[in-house]
Amino acid sequence: MPGPGVAAYLILSVILFATGAFGVLIRRSPLIVLLALEIMLNAGNLALIAFARQTGTGAGQIFALTVMVVAAAEAVVGLGLIVAVSRRHMDLDVDKLTTLRG
Amino acid sequence: MLYLLLAAEFVAAAQVLVYAGAVVVMFLFVIAYLGGRADAPWAGTPSLQSLAAIVAAAAIAVEIVVVIALKAGDELSSPAQVEDSFGSPAEIGRLFLGDHLLAFEVTSIVLLVAAVGGVILGSAVPKEKRS
Repeated sequence: MPGPGVAAYLILSVILFATGAFGVLIRRSPLIVLLALEIMLNAGNLALIAFARQTGTGAGQIFALTVMVVAAAEAVVGLGLIVAVSRRHMDLDVDKLTTLRG
Repeated sequence: MLYLLLAAEFVAAAQVLVYAGAVVVMFLFVIAYLGGRADAPWAGTPSLQSLAAIVAAAAIAVEIVVVIALKAGDELSSPAQVEDSFGSPAEIGRLFLGDHLLAFEVTSIVLLVAAVGGVILGSAVPKEKRS
């Protein structure tokens, strides 16, 4: 393979995933939490495609495309929820949105 | 882009279309609609939760990097030889409509449900629910 080996891609993917996990854990605004979730999903995509190139099978790319569709759907539903919450004049804070908590 | 280096031309194009074209624009619209809110998690003294977040994220990163470093010598260093059509749109289409037809169909249902859910969530709030 011209260029870096698969380990370099995996390490970049791990760095992206840790960044996303840190953002999910530390941020309060649900918008930023959703963005950090997208970063984590993209880190998974990068690892999937690196492994697909490594093993020479196309299934990893199919899986990455499916993950991409799921990420887009998740962004649609999450942003719809955020807009609905803000229309009811509730605080946009993931620590205060506890109405559904059992 | 890194995906092109990894011989994934179709996935790279789809990534640009989906993220630059759809997701980022949607995020921008919602941020513009809601207005900027102050969100400064590092204001004041660091709480127990933020310390735990730093520790958890660093633990994930260190663990996986160590595992990769332990494995980097042997099977991770010899990529497969692939032909030129690997990752091309024709190859992706053949795989999607052949071996992975079920995933393709489930994907379409997921997209339909997400579209309907987005419309329902984004529609007007009932009057009696407004507080």
